[in-house]
Amino acid sequence: MIVKGRVWKFGDNISTDIIIPGKYLRTLNYSLWVKHLMEGLDPAFSSKIRKGDIIVAGKNFGCGSSREQAVLAIKLAGISAVVAESFGWIFFRNAINNGLLVVECPNIVKYVETGDIMEINVIEGYVKTPRKILSIKPYPKFIMDIISLGGLTEYYRRKKHG
Amino acid sequence: MSSAIEKIISDHIGRKVHAGEFVETPIDLIYFHDGTGILVFKHLEEMLVKKVGDVESIVFFDHSVPPHSIEASTLQKYVLESSRKFGISKIYFMGEGIGHQVIHEEGHVKPGQIIIGADSHTPTLGALGVLALGVGALDAAYGLAAGKLWLKVPETLLITVEGRIPKGVYAKDIILHIIGSLRAYGALGKVVEFSGSVTERLSVDSRFTLCNMSVEMGAVSCFQKIDEKTINYLKNFGVCDLRKYFSDKDSYVEEYFFDISSLEPQVSCPHSVDNVKSISEVEGVSVDQIFIGSCTNGRLEDLVEVAKILKNGRVKPYVKLIIVPASKRILMKAMSLGLIEIFLKAGAMVGVPGCGPCLGMHMGVLGDDEVGISTSSRNFIGRMGSRKAKIYLASPATAAASALTGEITDPRRFLK
Repeated sequence: MIVKGRVWKFGDNISTDIIIPGKYLRTLNYSLWVKHLMEGLDPAFSSKIRKGDIIVAGKNFGCGSSREQAVLAIKLAGISAVVAESFGWIFFRNAINNGLLVVECPNIVKYVETGDIMEINVIEGYVKTPRKILSIKPYPKFIMDIISLGGLTEYYRRKKHG
Repeated sequence: MSSAIEKIISDHIGRKVHAGEFVETPIDLIYFHDGTGILVFKHLEEMLVKKVGDVESIVFFDHSVPPHSIEASTLQKYVLESSRKFGISKIYFMGEGIGHQVIHEEGHVKPGQIIIGADSHTPTLGALGVLALGVGALDAAYGLAAGKLWLKVPETLLITVEGRIPKGVYAKDIILHIIGSLRAYGALGKVVEFSGSVTERLSVDSRFTLCNMSVEMGAVSCFQKIDEKTINYLKNFGVCDLRKYFSDKDSYVEEYFFDISSLEPQVSCPHSVDNVKSISEVEGVSVDQIFIGSCTNGRLEDLVEVAKILKNGRVKPYVKLIIVPASKRILMKAMSLGLIEIFLKAGAMVGVPGCGPCLGMHMGVLGDDEVGISTSSRNFIGRMGSRKAKIYLASPATAAASALTGEITDPRRFLK
């Protein structure tokens, strides 16, 4: 699984309240979440991104509220992956469960800037920026199975109905 | 050498497990609410599930009650109808209170259980000796369908709190101080276990506050071993089925020690929970709104402290004081103790039990450039409304004192 894209870099402790504020949660109009993605930091963010872009962040990305809309907003906006030094526990689960590629990569923020083109190779276990190649831990088989099926919904269906 | 959490998971799976292992564990109880329930049911539909499985399941209507918009009402109706259609075992409808509170008041929580909740503050329940995990909607849907949760068995971090509890210092101040020291990612991926003589002296209400906010330093969950206080508390709500778990001494991955004997009241400043300062550093900041409530600090003990401060005073003119008891039981108890009368006479607005304005949806949304002080758990940008608003977090006593003066105020000024 190789992903290549343009980087948007953020800092530490980006909460799900920043990714998608609570006031936009009472809807099933998914495009609303995309429109307000990252509104807490940059209300114009959704108009700047292109399909395939990558979010890079520091520690504890997606901390706070369990709202799955944070993952869905990122995924539906066309972001291909989130690479962070570490993730909020629930956000990480939500991403895996919903088929959004999330990669833990210590020190990544030192070696990449917004606008850089970055490559992620999950199978061979590295992240390549214009400045450095960093190794990443391979996923355990269990998570890889969920990812390769596109998420927990399909994982359940296959398990149940074969 | 195993932690309590490793032992609980081992007993559920039927073999000995260790931290770091990936497992699929059976779960005992699943809950969610009118907010996360929307996606829970969408996922169940997509999973082609007709009826949920055998695991006890509960839905709470607590996040926007009564509904504040057409969309909220419409989606709550969808959650209610879906709960019936899929066979959710218990529905607590609007006005009953916050799920994290009502769930144990109604006797659903039994020490030794594994509980998942589609809400990040589910670890509040760790104060009752359970493994309580906050998860997303899809995890909850999968749990409802399959009765299981995938999980990397977490390591446990021990926090020992010792010393004398100073006047004006409460569980909220203690946990804010700890978060300020360990930072917002200090317990990332780990279970926090509290011990020490201070923890033992704290009431169960206060222990909930500690566990609730351990989430804000990244903890997967929080655990406190049960003692006489927990046992009496649970008995009061009809729970006598107790499985006691203890961590072995050498099972902790990290240990921290705090002596709180000289701690001042603490305040978390904008815009992150770990930006914690002593009250003397922030006293005098003007506030437009004070919110007292939430799953962090909306319990009876909190309201009693608030009443002590409000009983001889008046809320500063043109300052909004919003008090929302965490549950209907707490509201009724507060009424019989005369607390609600004290609040109303002092000039407070008292709201319907539930999450209130904590999540910025209703009942006190902060406007541009407004400053709020809240007893809830999060002060992220935009959390309670405008992204131009500022949120300070503090204890109910500090919040009440600030309501009287209209600025952040040391509660010890009003405590005899």
